[in-house]
Amino acid sequence: MQASIDIASDAATQYLLRIGDTALILGQRLGEWTGHAPVLEEDIALANMALDLIGQARAVFSHAGAVEGRGHDEDQLAFLREERDYRNPTLVELPRGDFAFTVLRNAMAATFLRLLWTRLQASGDEELAAIAAKAVKEARYHQQHAADWVVRLGDGTEESRRRMLAALETLWPYAAELFADDAVDEAAAASGLGPRWSELKSDWQAQMAEVLGEAGLAVPAEAPFLSTGKRGVHSEHMGFILAEMQHLQRAYPGGVW
Amino acid sequence: MNALAVAASPRVERAWDVLAGVPDPEVPALSVCDLGIVREVREEGDALEVVLTPTYSGCPATEVIERSVLDALAAAGLGPARATLRRAPAWTTDWISAEGRRKLREYGIAPPGAAAAGEGVPIRIVSRRAAPPVPCPRCGSERTERLSAFGSTACKALYRCIACREPFEHFKPI
Repeated sequence: MQASIDIASDAATQYLLRIGDTALILGQRLGEWTGHAPVLEEDIALANMALDLIGQARAVFSHAGAVEGRGHDEDQLAFLREERDYRNPTLVELPRGDFAFTVLRNAMAATFLRLLWTRLQASGDEELAAIAAKAVKEARYHQQHAADWVVRLGDGTEESRRRMLAALETLWPYAAELFADDAVDEAAAASGLGPRWSELKSDWQAQMAEVLGEAGLAVPAEAPFLSTGKRGVHSEHMGFILAEMQHLQRAYPGGVW
Repeated sequence: MNALAVAASPRVERAWDVLAGVPDPEVPALSVCDLGIVREVREEGDALEVVLTPTYSGCPATEVIERSVLDALAAAGLGPARATLRRAPAWTTDWISAEGRRKLREYGIAPPGAAAAGEGVPIRIVSRRAAPPVPCPRCGSERTERLSAFGSTACKALYRCIACREPFEHFKPI
C-alpha cells in the first residue's frame, strides 16, 4: 500500500490546506449527488459545482505543495494524507443528508468562500490572489444557487419547510468553527497571506440572515459547541469519506488517468 | 500599438492563424481564439510558447485544449511548441470576441452579457425576477425563462423561450 506523506506544520502551508481541503471535501460531498439528485437539472448543477470546487482545490494544492517545499503535488496532497492532516472545517465533511441539508450547507459554505476569495484577491501571495480572482466568480454562482433553494424550500410546502428547519438545527452549530481564529490565522494576517477568518464573520452573518429571513426562517442562537476539523480533529464521518477518496491511490500507487 | 512596437514574426503570425482553427472541445462552434483563452504567442529560443488561461477552475477541457493546441502547431510544422498556464488576470466572458458571440448565437447558444455588471453585486434573493432578459438565440424574443443556473457544462445555464417554446443554452457572464 502507498504510504502516507508528512505535511509541513508551518502556518502558510496550514492556511492554504484549510482552503484547499474545504473545497476538496465539499466538492467530494456534492459529487455524491451525481445520479441521485431529485431532478436532472439539480443533478447537473451539483456536479458542476463539485467540479468547480475540485478545480479550486487542485490549484490551491499545487500552490501549497510549492510553498511547503517538500515536492508534494496536488494528487499527493489530496489523496495521501492521514485524516489528522486534513484541515477542513467539520461543516463540509458531514454526510450529504437530504436535498435541504445539501443546499443549506452550500449556502453557508459558498457565502463563506465567496467572502474569503474576495479578500484573498488582495493576498500578498500572487498565485493565491490569482486563484482567488477566478474562484470568486464561481462562488458567486454557487451562493446564488444555494440561496435560491433555501428560500424556495424554507418558504415552500410544509414538508420542505420541516426539512429545512431540521437542516438548520443540525448545521448551524458548525458555523462557529469557521470564525474561530488560531495561530494560523494570526500568521496569515501578519504576513499578508490572507485574512483571519474571523474577519469574515459579520458579513457572513448579515448575508445568511438575509437569506434565512427571505425563507421565513429564524437565525438560530449561537451555541457553545465548537467543532475542530481545522485542527485536524474530525468527526466520525471523515474516515469514511477519505477511505472512498483514497482507496485507488493507496492500492495503486501513483496511478493516473 | 506604438511606433516602437515590433511586428510579430511570421512564425508567430502563422501560429495565430492555426490557433484560430482549433475548436473548443465543449463548444466546438468556437475556436480557442474566439473564446479568448489564448493570451499570448511568442518565441522563446527555438520553441513557440503559447500562453493559455483556464475558463473555470474545474473545467475538464483544460488539458484537452492544451493538447489540441500543441498538436495543431506540430501538424502545421511550427513546433517545437509548449503551452503555459497563466491565471492572472482571470478569464472573463468579456474576452469572447464579437465573431465568437455571433458564432455562439448561430450555434443556438445565447451569448453572455457584460460580466463586469455582475461582479461584486450582493446576492439577489430569488434572482429569476431580477435578472436581465436573455434573448432567445432562435427567435430573438426576450420572453425567456431560466430553467437551471447550470447546464451541460459549468459555463452554461439552461433557458426556455416562452415565445417559440424552444429550450436553449446561455453562456453565463463570468
